[in-house]
Amino acid sequence: MPRYAMVIDQSRCIGCMACVVACKRENDVPPENYRTRVLEIVQGTYPTLTTEMRSELCNHCDNAPCVSICPTGASHHEEDGTVQIDRKKCVGCKACITSCPYNVRYINEEHGYADKCSFCQHRLREGKKPACVATCVGGSRIFGDLDDPESEVSKILRRVGHRVLKKEVGTGPNIYYINQYPKRA
Amino acid sequence: MAFSRRNFLKYAAMSAGGAVLADTPFISAEARAKAEGGNVKYVPTSCEMCFWKCGAVAKVVDGKVVKLEGNPFHPQSRGKLCARGQAGIGQLYDEDRLKHPMILDGPRGEGKYRKASWDEALTLVAEKMKAIAEKHGPEAIAMMSHGSPGDYFTNVLKAMGSRNIAFPSFAQCKGIRDVAWELTFGHKPGSSCERVDMENSRVIVLLGTHLGENMHNSQNQEFAEAVSRGAKIICVDPRYSTAASKSAFWLPIKPGTDTALLLAWINIVISEELYDKEYVEKYTVGFDEVKEAVAEYTPEWAAQETELPMRQIVEAVRELCRYAPNVVVHPGRHYSWYGNDTQRARAVAILNALLGTWGRKGGMWLPAKAKFASFNDGNPAYPEASKPPVIKGNFPFAGGEGVTQALRDTTINGKPYPIKAWLVAGTNLMKSLPDQRLTREAIDGLDFFVAIDLFPTETVMLADVILPECTYLERHDGLFKIKTREAGVAIRQPAVEPMYETKPAWWIGSELCKKLGLKEYAVKGDGMDAWEDRMRRQAEAWGVDFEQLSKHTGYVTIPDSEKPYITEDNPPVFGTFSEKIELYSEELEGEGFDPVPQYEPVEQPPKNMFRLIYGRSPVHTFSRTINTQWLWELHKENEVWLNKKEAERLGIKNGQYVVLENQDGIRCNRIKVKATERIRQDCVYMVHGFGHNAPRLSRANKSGADDQQLISKYIEDPITGGTGMRVNFVKIIKEA
Ligand code: SF4
Ligand code: SF4
Ligand code: SF4
Repeated sequence: MPRYAMVIDQSRCIGCMACVVACKRENDVPPENYRTRVLEIVQGTYPTLTTEMRSELCNHCDNAPCVSICPTGASHHEEDGTVQIDRKKCVGCKACITSCPYNVRYINEEHGYADKCSFCQHRLREGKKPACVATCVGGSRIFGDLDDPESEVSKILRRVGHRVLKKEVGTGPNIYYINQYPKRA
Repeated sequence: MAFSRRNFLKYAAMSAGGAVLADTPFISAEARAKAEGGNVKYVPTSCEMCFWKCGAVAKVVDGKVVKLEGNPFHPQSRGKLCARGQAGIGQLYDEDRLKHPMILDGPRGEGKYRKASWDEALTLVAEKMKAIAEKHGPEAIAMMSHGSPGDYFTNVLKAMGSRNIAFPSFAQCKGIRDVAWELTFGHKPGSSCERVDMENSRVIVLLGTHLGENMHNSQNQEFAEAVSRGAKIICVDPRYSTAASKSAFWLPIKPGTDTALLLAWINIVISEELYDKEYVEKYTVGFDEVKEAVAEYTPEWAAQETELPMRQIVEAVRELCRYAPNVVVHPGRHYSWYGNDTQRARAVAILNALLGTWGRKGGMWLPAKAKFASFNDGNPAYPEASKPPVIKGNFPFAGGEGVTQALRDTTINGKPYPIKAWLVAGTNLMKSLPDQRLTREAIDGLDFFVAIDLFPTETVMLADVILPECTYLERHDGLFKIKTREAGVAIRQPAVEPMYETKPAWWIGSELCKKLGLKEYAVKGDGMDAWEDRMRRQAEAWGVDFEQLSKHTGYVTIPDSEKPYITEDNPPVFGTFSEKIELYSEELEGEGFDPVPQYEPVEQPPKNMFRLIYGRSPVHTFSRTINTQWLWELHKENEVWLNKKEAERLGIKNGQYVVLENQDGIRCNRIKVKATERIRQDCVYMVHGFGHNAPRLSRANKSGADDQQLISKYIEDPITGGTGMRVNFVKIIKEA
């Protein structure tokens, strides 16, 4: 069984939002909702500034609070390690939304169920990469199988320093952030 | 990286392996659809959400386009589309589209129209055009355009005997740069794309070029690649742009002083003997004259002029030289800034020449080697122009694309002859030309104005007849010659049938020819297949496989066309008079201009006013996409960037709405302030294209503020006619 993860090379992200729109189209995300976003976080004072480009999406956490809190079992882990929502079981109680430390879930108002990034499971089944990864103009989003030592994600995580968001909350996220280029002179 | 047979094999191997997740949806569009079965169709085509024209693949299910993806074979997209490309479906299914021909039913500008049939509308257009040509001569009919529809109406005008055809892409954008590079190297710095070998560059200099925000797909892919390989970026920009945030050197230059920096750099390169001596000796003329002319531009002087630390100026250029020739000073794109812009572009070209970047790895690659057989499908030659066109104004080096505001001037003043009709296709002139008052005045004085477009923009809604074009996802165009490192041919073909009563521009142009009694210039054959048949003949003339293009890959490579670098058997060819790189330009001298760029200071903002600068959002193309679902949702209105200290001084909070008033007392719509450390204190910045005044654009109307409205002043570049548009000053008015 694969164990899917995403590595995000923040140095390569150019803030173009191709990922965001690709995701909306691919997954019919309702107006004003998003499964992924790209933040441009600038710090410092003129003219000494730094920027962090940070793509955020569901972390498909190993210890997912949204799964443990879900009263109906709609939010669950699949064998490939991803966290998915069984729409038929979801009653729209929003418990998952409040429990997620990453603020990546929303309610699909039209149908009443909770929703979020699925790692484009339907595409994975067809042998395609997730939509946001396939179109990432900067090549910042890298996707693959951590159980395959030869996959690009495995190789990268062995080689370069990485971090996850809010490590301290112990959710065991599967989105890894790297920053591959030398800091400014 | 070129997409030719070797990549085809690579993708084929990837998908055969099965286990590997492919970036791309298909090997052959047809094969992919077959494998998936059902009602799925994949159609390779070319994007037109901007003019980079990436290869796109439309996934069509039950006759609806459900997804667009990048074509892996096409070198402009490499399997990816940008946000706009992804959102092309939003344009196709936009409820606000023009749906049927319309004829003005009331005074111009009041927006009252009645629905008409194509026959009625085209008959009326032809009658009006004929009457005006008979009374005033065909030159009294002018055309302005942007993008693919231009070709078909250029054909109509030329067939009638008018050459008054102009594209804002020249004088309001990159024409200035192209002229400067032609004067220097004898070539433009690119046609399909700038020929920058960023993928291999060690140092990249960007002067006011906002890669990341300025979204040209393959170029941004290469920029990200360069950044991740550790290439050093030197970014010269009064604003801390996305590109600046990736740079080793951010030079927050005082607006309008770029030429001072460039001349000082050239001086340092020469006086410290950092230039490529062998290259300069072999390929250039005029070195000594340049040396002498730039001697006065010392780093100390430049530091004062540009308000940059001298150390930064010197260190940046030394870093650049350390890695030359595998470096590039990006030629830039939008160039109409201050009215002396040809000389700035010349300075960029000269600096590249001194560093020997032309034809070198990591520099500027050499034009692809390919000749396309000429193909005009047996149409007769055009008649001579009835009278010399006015599209070059008084600008000796204005290019063939024409100077739009020269057409506008003649339309207003009737000199040297009257212009009485405009045909405007695919460009929103109210938002692309500076000084909207003049654009409106010109339009108000016209006897006849026909617009061909997708949307009821503010310009379209001033027309007497509106002809609705269908979107790029519903039509044939091209074939397109694509010149990247290699030459290739790409196709545009419909993914779905045209919606409503819209028609492809080729059909509109062709039918118009027939109605004008110029059938010999129309597309051969009747019916909606006529253009596709013509494309087949064109493919045959060019020796490319039409089936391969239309059914499988959407793009084919011209074999052996890729020779990017100078080698012994691949010497560079310079199309100048001297057949060398002209550092010193006798051509310019002959017309009374500085043969080597000299520095001219620009006017500075008065107290309590800011210089207005403008730029791009990666999710929008000018004003064209603001109304597009998903793109609008992501970026609904623009903000005015104001230095945080200035905001504090003025008592303005981040996020507060204000109004800007320019030096002519013109006020824009209300606009939100972004109080930020990311910009100098002497200028404010906004993204171009917002603030529509077009009630039928349900989302875009009145969203944000229109920079073009505030650009009521412009200074013409005397060499090319480019309109310097960064010469407007604004004060900030806190809304009551
Ligand atoms: S993996 Fe798919 S669902 Fe998740 S953010 Fe990317 S495109 Fe959206
Ligand atoms: S597509 Fe890639 S480069 Fe563009 S914003 Fe998304 S993560 Fe960043
Ligand atoms: S850069 Fe984007 S909008 Fe332009 S042609 Fe490519 S995908 Fe389309």
